[in-house]
Amino acid sequence: MLNDPKNYKENVNAYLPKIPYFMNCLKAFLVGGLICLIGQGIQTFYMYFFHFSKQTAGNPTVATLILISALMTGFGVYDKIAQFAGAGTIVPVTGFANSITSSALEHKSEGIVLGIATNLFQLAGEVIVFGVVSAAVLGILRLFIEQVF
Amino acid sequence: MTFVYAFLVGGAICVVGQLMMDVFKLTPAHVVATFVVVGAALDVFGVYDHLIEFAGAGATVPITSFGHSLLHGAMTEGHQHGYLGIAMGIFKLTSAGITSAILFGFLVALFFKPKG
Repeated sequence: MLNDPKNYKENVNAYLPKIPYFMNCLKAFLVGGLICLIGQGIQTFYMYFFHFSKQTAGNPTVATLILISALMTGFGVYDKIAQFAGAGTIVPVTGFANSITSSALEHKSEGIVLGIATNLFQLAGEVIVFGVVSAAVLGILRLFIEQVF
Repeated sequence: MTFVYAFLVGGAICVVGQLMMDVFKLTPAHVVATFVVVGAALDVFGVYDHLIEFAGAGATVPITSFGHSLLHGAMTEGHQHGYLGIAMGIFKLTSAGITSAILFGFLVALFFKPKG
């Protein structure tokens, strides 16, 4: 049974490390929530001192978080947190900035043009591609529906 | 109170991402791409705006808000200029995020040494 090549997938399952589902979720929840909490602090600051509305304050908040996480990636701190937090550091926009900065840093040795500039969007490009394609398709659909009905 | 909701909603969105990675064995890239599309889809009926009103940064900080802002900017221009407006406005609201990501990513890569 165990050596039956047909059941390879089932056989191999017994030897895979068990995933600590609950702990992973708890870590993601705490770190992800904390990043959003910091974001809320920055957002409140912008709303209070620069008179942004609740809808528009997200813009400078995101930019500030991106600056912070790009710097943390440069110091090598963000990747240490990411190993602990999993999706808690991938899902917030800070993960987007981290993927941009880290892939640029990784290819730095190939030069500024061919290394940094070419590889800046190596990992983050998919976010922009899927975002633009889905937003364009949905936008056209919604505009079409609004015009017909 | 917004601070509590920001923490809870932001954390909950990250848990969904963690479950997608652990249970369905998706790579982080697939999770993030899915979230962006879901964010855009939620904006179609204005659901995401309610979430921002309720949770503040808990809704604007996760990457879902990127998809939401793309569609939101596209629709604002689209209502004024028709189908051409969608292409004109799609980056209108996300401009700050993308500009800062490129700028800071480039500068950090320029001045820091790769670690690990």
